Amino acid sequence: MSDEVLVSVRGLKTYYSIRGSFLDRLVGRTGAAVRAVDDISLELRKGEVLGLVGESGSGKTTLGRTLLGLVPATEGSVEFEGREITRLSEHDRRELRRRMQIVFQDPHASLNPAMTIAQAVGHPLEIHGIASGREEVRARVADVLERVGLVPAEQFMDKYPSDLSGGQKQRAVIARAIILNPVLLVADEPVSMLDMSVRAKILELMLALKADFDLTYLYITHDLATAKFFCDRIAIMYLGRIVEIGPSESIYEDPKHPYTQALLRAIPEPDPRRTVPRDLPRGEVPDASRPPLGCSFHPRCPRAFEVCGWESRDLKELLERRWAGLDEEGFEAERAAVGPVEALDVPSTHVRLSAHGGARGSDLRSLLDKARAADPEEPFWTGVRRIADANGELEIDWHDPIAPRLLPSGTVEVECHLYDEESLAEAMERRRSGIPG
Amino acid sequence: MSAVLDVRHLRLWYGTARGSVRAVDDVSLEIDAGSTLGLVGESGCGKTTLGRGILGLLPEGARADGEVLYKGRNLVAMSPRELRRLRGPELGLIFQEPMTRLNPLLRIEDHFRETLGQHEPKLTDADVRRRSLDTLGRMGIPPTRYRQYPHEFSGGMRQRIMIALALVLHPSLLVADEPTTSLDVIVEAQILRILADLRENFDTALLLITHNLGIVAESCDRVAVMYAGQIVEEGPARDVFAEPKHPYTRELLRSTISLDTEELHSIPGAPPNLISPPSGCRFHPRCPDVMRVCPARDPIETRPDPDRRVLCWLHGPEDDIPPGGTVPLEREEIAVAEEA
Repeated sequence: MSDEVLVSVRGLKTYYSIRGSFLDRLVGRTGAAVRAVDDISLELRKGEVLGLVGESGSGKTTLGRTLLGLVPATEGSVEFEGREITRLSEHDRRELRRRMQIVFQDPHASLNPAMTIAQAVGHPLEIHGIASGREEVRARVADVLERVGLVPAEQFMDKYPSDLSGGQKQRAVIARAIILNPVLLVADEPVSMLDMSVRAKILELMLALKADFDLTYLYITHDLATAKFFCDRIAIMYLGRIVEIGPSESIYEDPKHPYTQALLRAIPEPDPRRTVPRDLPRGEVPDASRPPLGCSFHPRCPRAFEVCGWESRDLKELLERRWAGLDEEGFEAERAAVGPVEALDVPSTHVRLSAHGGARGSDLRSLLDKARAADPEEPFWTGVRRIADANGELEIDWHDPIAPRLLPSGTVEVECHLYDEESLAEAMERRRSGIPG
Repeated sequence: MSAVLDVRHLRLWYGTARGSVRAVDDVSLEIDAGSTLGLVGESGCGKTTLGRGILGLLPEGARADGEVLYKGRNLVAMSPRELRRLRGPELGLIFQEPMTRLNPLLRIEDHFRETLGQHEPKLTDADVRRRSLDTLGRMGIPPTRYRQYPHEFSGGMRQRIMIALALVLHPSLLVADEPTTSLDVIVEAQILRILADLRENFDTALLLITHNLGIVAESCDRVAVMYAGQIVEEGPARDVFAEPKHPYTRELLRSTISLDTEELHSIPGAPPNLISPPSGCRFHPRCPDVMRVCPARDPIETRPDPDRRVLCWLHGPEDDIPPGGTVPLEREEIAVAEEA
């Protein structure tokens, strides 16, 4: 790995706009936007393997595609070999595509079923007008097929994708990606659709190709176990942002962000002395068009505290979690008192809960007290600044959310208030001055 | 503990243009009430066919032979009508791909009404609601979402709903076919935890089909390793993982990539087609320990421990191995051409 920077990403944002309703369009209202990539900066050095790790919906695939120009960037810049490429013309971009290629997740869907392997793998040569004549194309295809292990090449060239196994197809897809001698290869979950017994072979092939062709990889995956073998550096993504980035050893030996820790803990180990972990984050990746306030991970985070962005929607989830565990009568009684919880869907750090069905404000308060007593360790309560009765209603205020910053911590950078001195000091301050609920 | 399911010498095969595919070939296994058996192996080894065959859910034209004794009754000999009556209240199935298994036009409530109405028509509306909400609640789905449609739920929530739909009928046996394959790692662990808790909460026996040995290690009592239509090794998960007897089990374990993996390893070649599998031991062309006897004679099941069985000549019986049979056999190089 050299220090030469191949790709430099600065403040990159990729938003997908959601089409509003017919009425919205009629009155000229624009819909909301999904912030798939939300202000990301990173560098990819020549010859390194950078792992982009996160769950579905974290924006890792969109980031990979934005780098390649397959999805337009909304804001920010991507420099490739020192040249800004986010706003290139289609003509210039085609030139660039010879230098940057992609391998997709599903080998069964990446090959045209009506093209033979030789046609598919040789297609880039024709598109870019590199090889002339059928013979030259076939010769180069044969070379590259042998290089990816499809030996003897003659046996594969005239076959159709349906004749090949999953591993063989993925080898053909890799052959097609490297036939133009690219410098950057984006590999989007290249082994996750393959059987365990084949994954290692494909990963080894990719490592060998990297050495032979001097490639730089962006390896996109949800699987930290394969990334451990493959990557020099790891960037952990959550809801459009990088929450932790650093050398692989540091990420695996001393994961800092609670999300990274959870991802590592959740990997099933073939060791029967271990049982299924109990202390996993609850829920799933939230809707990126309506991200949580403050730190996006706070609703699932076991270590979240005062400054992380607690709000109305967290109260809704708290109530729903509680109700999932009550019997029908208990649930009906509490829901009747609280009324429609949909009112809590609007993100806010201040709500007025009005008592329904003959209940009073004090009933709501005792309901919340019961919920708290049932699980006093629940981090949600650190975020509550004040609960007050107001004319039969219950007013709840949360502490103001603070957006976490990506800050250096040891050998990594991490975006978490737990590692931000200012946030910790602010939380202490809030704890001291807070009016006990 | 008594076996809720006792499969004896089950064979399942179906005809194709190229010949008959013996997808399950003389399989015997037992699952005790409330326990979990993991069924592992590569794609194409017959795991899914076995799981479906046990429930009598085979494609048109498939044939079955042998016995599947469920609480003492042979499912193989049962009429489709009798089987249908058992499926649901006695035998449940959880598929992979939770995204496609719920009807997008029906509310969650309607799915439960339909399921319970079909099998327990005497329940009142209030009972249906109570049972459904109770089961959903145990899966972590709040009652406020009972009247929502499938598209309003995430993938993990939908799989929880699918599990609840199977469990609401209190089946004694549940077959889960790769239930977490399309889910993210944290959600996968959440679902596995739910399945691991089944025995405590529902006393349901579980057959968990997966290609990921890590999943079996963490959530199963016993494990059966399947290769080319046969069970090649079976025993308590803890013992099998600690000391695999069959070379296939050992190689599968070595090729599982986990955080503890120190070097990458893979099994050369691919599982054979089941129309004309290799002679003798079906794993012999890929086996690092292959001996002269292996391609020549079908292996005989032995019990290296009272609680374990294995189908491999390395474990005898010695009386059946011809003289010179244990001499290592030079293995032909397996090209990528044969890879899975």
